[in-house]
Amino acid sequence: MSDLQFSSPKSVKEAVEILSASKGKARVLAGGTDLLVQLRAGRMSGSMIVDIKNIPELRSIKKEKNGFTIGAAVSGAELGAHKAINKAWPGVVEGLELIGSTQIQGRASLGGNLCNGSPAADSVPGLIAAGATCKIAGPKGLRTSKVEDIVLGPGKTSLKTGEFVVSFFLPTRPKRSGDAYLRFIPRTEMDIAVVGASVSLTLDKVGVCSEARVSLGAVAPKPLLVAKAASAIIGTKVDDEALTELSLAASAACDPIDDKRGTVEYRTKVAGVLARRAATIALERARGN
Amino acid sequence: MGNEKDYLELIDGEKKFRHIGTRPIRPDGVDKVTGRANFGADFTMNGMLHGRVVRSPHAHAKIKSINSTKALKLKGVKAVVTGKDFPTLDPSDKAVGEVTVSFFDMSRNVIARDKVLYDGHAVAAVAATSPQIAEKALALIEVEYEVLKPVMTVSEAMKKNAPILHKGMKTSGVEPTPSRSSNVASRAEFKLGDVNKAFKEADIIVERDYTTQTVHQGYIEPHACVADINADDMATIWSSSQGQFMVRALVAKLLAMNTSKIKVIPSEIGGGFGGKTIVYLEPLAVLLAKKAGRPVKMVMTRDEVMRATGPTSGGHARAKIGAKNDGTIVAGELEMEYEAGAFPGSPVGLGCMTGFAPYNLKDVSCVGWDVVVNRPKAAAYRAPGAPVAAFAVESAMDELAEQLKIDPLKLRIKNAAVEGTQAPYGVKFPRIGCLETLTEAQTTDHYNSPLGPNQGRGVASGFWFNIGGQSSASVMVNPDGTVIVATGSPDIGGSRASMALMAAEVLGIELKNIKPLVADTESVPYSDLTGGSRVTFATGKAVVEAAEDAVNDMKRRAAKIWDVDFDQVEWKDGSACCIETDVHKPMTIADIAAMAGKTGGAISGKANINAKGAGAAFATHICDVEVDPETGHVTVLKYTAVQDVGTAIHPSYVEGQMQGGAVQGIGWALNEEYVYGKEGQLQNTGFLDYRVPVASDMPMIDAIIVEVPNPGHPYGVRGVGEVPIVPPLAAVANAVSHAIGIRMTDLPMSPPKILAAIDAE
Repeated sequence: MSDLQFSSPKSVKEAVEILSASKGKARVLAGGTDLLVQLRAGRMSGSMIVDIKNIPELRSIKKEKNGFTIGAAVSGAELGAHKAINKAWPGVVEGLELIGSTQIQGRASLGGNLCNGSPAADSVPGLIAAGATCKIAGPKGLRTSKVEDIVLGPGKTSLKTGEFVVSFFLPTRPKRSGDAYLRFIPRTEMDIAVVGASVSLTLDKVGVCSEARVSLGAVAPKPLLVAKAASAIIGTKVDDEALTELSLAASAACDPIDDKRGTVEYRTKVAGVLARRAATIALERARGN
Repeated sequence: MGNEKDYLELIDGEKKFRHIGTRPIRPDGVDKVTGRANFGADFTMNGMLHGRVVRSPHAHAKIKSINSTKALKLKGVKAVVTGKDFPTLDPSDKAVGEVTVSFFDMSRNVIARDKVLYDGHAVAAVAATSPQIAEKALALIEVEYEVLKPVMTVSEAMKKNAPILHKGMKTSGVEPTPSRSSNVASRAEFKLGDVNKAFKEADIIVERDYTTQTVHQGYIEPHACVADINADDMATIWSSSQGQFMVRALVAKLLAMNTSKIKVIPSEIGGGFGGKTIVYLEPLAVLLAKKAGRPVKMVMTRDEVMRATGPTSGGHARAKIGAKNDGTIVAGELEMEYEAGAFPGSPVGLGCMTGFAPYNLKDVSCVGWDVVVNRPKAAAYRAPGAPVAAFAVESAMDELAEQLKIDPLKLRIKNAAVEGTQAPYGVKFPRIGCLETLTEAQTTDHYNSPLGPNQGRGVASGFWFNIGGQSSASVMVNPDGTVIVATGSPDIGGSRASMALMAAEVLGIELKNIKPLVADTESVPYSDLTGGSRVTFATGKAVVEAAEDAVNDMKRRAAKIWDVDFDQVEWKDGSACCIETDVHKPMTIADIAAMAGKTGGAISGKANINAKGAGAAFATHICDVEVDPETGHVTVLKYTAVQDVGTAIHPSYVEGQMQGGAVQGIGWALNEEYVYGKEGQLQNTGFLDYRVPVASDMPMIDAIIVEVPNPGHPYGVRGVGEVPIVPPLAAVANAVSHAIGIRMTDLPMSPPKILAAIDAE
């Protein structure tokens, strides 16, 4: 604990240099809402903390021609105040905003939530359902990855030594699109998802679902993209029958564990319930757009 | 004092209190909300060391060896203590109170000797120049264990071939005394009449088993203290506790020191709920300070608090009630087993005494078994033992009402305990307000409001004894006529405000001119700890008597100044007045104080009492819930707590106690539980996964104060702090049971459990 080094780079280049030089012993700090807890609990590996939130690019939201770029360290409070993203991707915003309390919202970020590698991360299913990509900086330069390819298992990511997530990209939405994220916790706030479900969908002019993505959290070693659940509603008017199919497909995709937060049976069943409820909300939102 | 009668006449007639029943801001409030108040971990000293505790990673193991050589070689480490540094104590060294306390066991709970008995059990303690070095040193203290099979539940512990925690422990309270060692420490029994005969008279009998899990008090402030000891072996301890005199007595006992060599200075306390009525760190800190020759500060982490302090017993209860078709209860039976934790002493006996106390039963039998398991030793928690018993009895009452198609409040009213009713534990109740809480609940808008789909309503009642005990108070009149009220009772629930209000009432002066304070062990005479809902009653009585003593002193001074007889002086509105003649202008407290030097020196009053006549408390709660049938999630929609408080000295803090108790009970009912892994390691050592309710989980808890004055207190005070946690377990369970149409008998009613119950139908 007392031997810990800390650095606060001001540019992506500088951060990459520090991370590369540390040979895997560095941990990246964005908001720190997970890292500091791990540090205090003595569960943090590494001997160097690299604070990336003083890099301007990591803290800015940009409207691009074909979508939004959101810095990896943008806080939940900042994203929550961004009207255009709220309108386009309410499911992504509500996922991030569910993390912790008002105080935590001043720090919690999409980048930190993703790279912490938790299968239960609240903002990740929304990003996966949205088809978001992330920009990764590393010793070999920049690369782009789908969000669903980042987390490999609890605490494990596909980021290589020296790499970190710089920003996320959310594409512009077609008309009649909507998304939603729901999580189950025994409390009303300040908790970790027992199950999380996000659905993003687009309707055609006659109200038939033309595109959909469904993602589940906390029901497998990593957040899932459930193609079968999406195909259950694509080509339908997202009626009760289709929603039941979606629900069953979501439950079938689960591979959860029994732990202090929930049982296998419980998580499997509730994943189907939440997927259906999230789809219903996404549908309402799509109809309103 | 002889004037209790006058006050009661006042209460029965027109209420003309000037201060009592008002809601001023508490004197300690501003410092607490601005962060200025000093809690246990806030105290520091020059040259202070930081102490940490090495804790067992095993639930049950023999300690083969402890080697601190490497730790002591680390730069900055100044001392290490282990069980060998502590006096042995005699196994027969016990104190009999609410729950029997064995100092022999307590010493072994503070630091393990030959065996560790739960995950987190203290094995050694180290003091170093920084918290970081102390933490490093923990890993350098080598402990060799021989791991034993843990016994985690009451049912495992009671099995014939269960591993035995304490060799040689025989079940007491059974005849003849068993020859084999057992994990069952004792049997307790309370009964009236002949229950077997009475059940034969019943038209209907309900009987079920109920289970609950270990729960923690959940105080926000972790245990913390600083200890210093000088070359003359005079120790000073700054600590957060429910009793500075308790800390002094226990440290003296556990370290075989003279009481006069220990001074304890109380800090503010950030919650206790019974969990700070014992010591964990203080004896370790004193010994470390002695070895190191420097002050030592110790502050627990949340993880340590959850693993090694607190909890209250989980248990099993079987409740059986027999009644006539008209709802008259003819017999009640309760058999319970409570986890004591690693050492004997669960509150199962108190559970037996309280379960049926709200009802008028001639034939009742309550049997309790105290069972040791490899969990932390149970500590007191708000009405210890009563909530689990009430969960069983009040659930059974609800089921009886359901089967008889009688309104559950009407069923309780029909059988309610009243003045003269003999309680199952033998006493005949004096004037009590059990019935009044029930009839008041009946008339609430809440009870008469409609319910929607997936919603259910539950009611439950509860009882708690409340106690009196030893309290002392000093009332010191300053030269300017302001007043200091010193007591030895730590303020955990707004008691400073109540003490000031009662003193103001007697003295007849403005509240702002009174400063109530909690004094250290060398500034006021001995007082029992803050617990048992005793402080507003017993310490309040001492304050009233001390204030009257000061008033008499001031009347004597006035008589002297006026050269009249003492009985010619009366005390009115904060002034001494001469009865017979108007020659003498009334003298205010400030006038008299200003002349104190000429009339005999400083003015004060004191009272050191052992208060008798505590008034029993009864409460009735109403709870509405909605259950999500697809997830099993429970939303508490509406909650009303009705309670007889005797007289509410400061109604806001009385309501706060009622609301706080209800919320803790709701948490107990819905989500709180100790989750242990297969090898007996606690899995949820923080508030993330030990789910006390957060504010947004709760509706407004409506608190309805009923005032049936306690004849044993000058102003009619009963205790208020504990009984509000007694009814909620059953009130919530009854509500959930009605919402889903399935009787829920296993706490906590977490969403997976409720969904499983729904799916099983």
